[in-house]
Amino acid sequence: MTGYLKRKWRAYRHDPKSFFLFLSVCLAALITMLALVFIIAYILIKGIPNITPELFDSSYTTENVSLLPALINTLFITLLSLLFAVPVGIGAAIYLTEYARRGNKLISVVGITAETLSGIPSIVYGLFGSLFFVKYLGLGLSLLSGALTLSIMILPLIMRTTEEALRSVPDSYREGSFGLGAGKLRTVFSIVLPCAVPGILSGVILGIGRIVGESAALIFTAGTVAEIATSIFSSARTLSVHMYSISGEGLYLKQTYATAVVLLVVVILINGLSGFVAKKLGGRNTDG
Amino acid sequence: MTYIKEKGMKLLFFGAALVSIAAVILICVFLLASGIPAIREVGLFKFLLGTRWKPANNLYGILPMIVGSLYVTGGALLLGVPIGILTAVFLARFAPKNIYTPLKSAVNLMAGIPSVVYGFFGLVVLVPFIRETFGGRGMSVLTASLLLGLMILPTIISVSETSIRAVPESYYEGGLALGASHEKSVFFTVLPAAKSGIFAGVVLGIGRAVGETMAVMMVAGNQAVIPSSVLSGVRTLTTNIVLEMGYSTDLHREMLIGTAVVLFVFILMINLSLSLFKRRVK
Repeated sequence: MTGYLKRKWRAYRHDPKSFFLFLSVCLAALITMLALVFIIAYILIKGIPNITPELFDSSYTTENVSLLPALINTLFITLLSLLFAVPVGIGAAIYLTEYARRGNKLISVVGITAETLSGIPSIVYGLFGSLFFVKYLGLGLSLLSGALTLSIMILPLIMRTTEEALRSVPDSYREGSFGLGAGKLRTVFSIVLPCAVPGILSGVILGIGRIVGESAALIFTAGTVAEIATSIFSSARTLSVHMYSISGEGLYLKQTYATAVVLLVVVILINGLSGFVAKKLGGRNTDG
Repeated sequence: MTYIKEKGMKLLFFGAALVSIAAVILICVFLLASGIPAIREVGLFKFLLGTRWKPANNLYGILPMIVGSLYVTGGALLLGVPIGILTAVFLARFAPKNIYTPLKSAVNLMAGIPSVVYGFFGLVVLVPFIRETFGGRGMSVLTASLLLGLMILPTIISVSETSIRAVPESYYEGGLALGASHEKSVFFTVLPAAKSGIFAGVVLGIGRAVGETMAVMMVAGNQAVIPSSVLSGVRTLTTNIVLEMGYSTDLHREMLIGTAVVLFVFILMINLSLSLFKRRVK
């Protein structure tokens, strides 16, 4: 590194301004990288020694703040949210790319609403969920309320990635399918959608990442009960909410570190998977 | 039979496309219907410009929270914008392949880290650090700004990088041909050409900073008064809602929804200005 800088310095001896620009760019990149490395290393170093088998006990007590129930609830809520968001998101994207005519007013209206939805802060979603799903529809603090709230939250993400993936399928594929006598529906399901799978999948994985990391939208919709949910109508906390709850109590610093490690590992895995899917399956849209 | 199937599915897809519109309408209706009457009861000006938030005494002024949100967001931009843009320039124009790949995945990972983890990191690392270096209680505008600055970095970096990459290569080459060095060519021809995209990234970053809740709550101290210095505690609009929603009732609860309405309007304004800006550029 120093040799590289020395060579640069020799080249820029008479051009200090360029050298300064070069240096500031490198410095910024270094800061970004170091910040992330520091956060991850700090959490891992402090957390890994605190990971104990008791933390993966099947029930939560005040003596042993087991994270396993929360982990299982996270899985439930993720599946449930995807169950709502993925069909709707893909259906909407199919309508916008395959059925709506170019220049259709609906396309721009849906685009604007999707943009609005993706800008709304998660706490506003949480509040809306508690007003609409919990109170108005009477679903109570439950997995279902939480999942419905989250599915609205990740809907624009899934819609946008699917739309991009569908648009990147060349028109000649569709024409070929029509030419062979297939109808619209058949063309969509057996020609266009399979080609778009990698793009859709990486969108879904990004959505999973958002669900796993979410806390503000869940506290007032899914609640904070620390046991494994027995039905979709029982209140349950996800891992993020669990971590927030035990970090607030101040008694469980070690357990919080350990929970942070588990959460971080899950997020890193999801991230790696999304990159892998985008790369290996030949997806064209790697940056979500 | 096939005709019915085709039509039916088309209708189904159409319905799916309408869901996002319905969601936005529902969110607006439910927030406004519960928030506006309460705001009217207290009085709009008393609500927006009142400096005291004391639910126990029926005082509901959210000016401290509005100011708090602005301070914290401003601080985050001060840190996040320069570092974010410079890192984006590095990624798009300077990084050799073997540095690009890890740095790019680092940025993606940064975007994926949950806000509770950021918040916890802030609580155990930044808060003691600020307390020991600058004095005070450690939970302050400065701490929250630092943490938020980190959190908005990935947004600013990825949007800026995309827009820098979208600048035609000929701009850069033209710069070189006029005798500018690589750096000068990038900074004085490519970067100005990418400024609208970079601006969009910054606006998205503002949206994230204004809307962030859990991480800010864990490091900001949460006193509902207008902060007197960068080292005093601060409460933002978002944290005001989370802190008190759990135990609030009646008017107090409605005032929290009113707070969410104000936040929602803020975000809508940010979104609107962004899409207007995008349209003008086009």
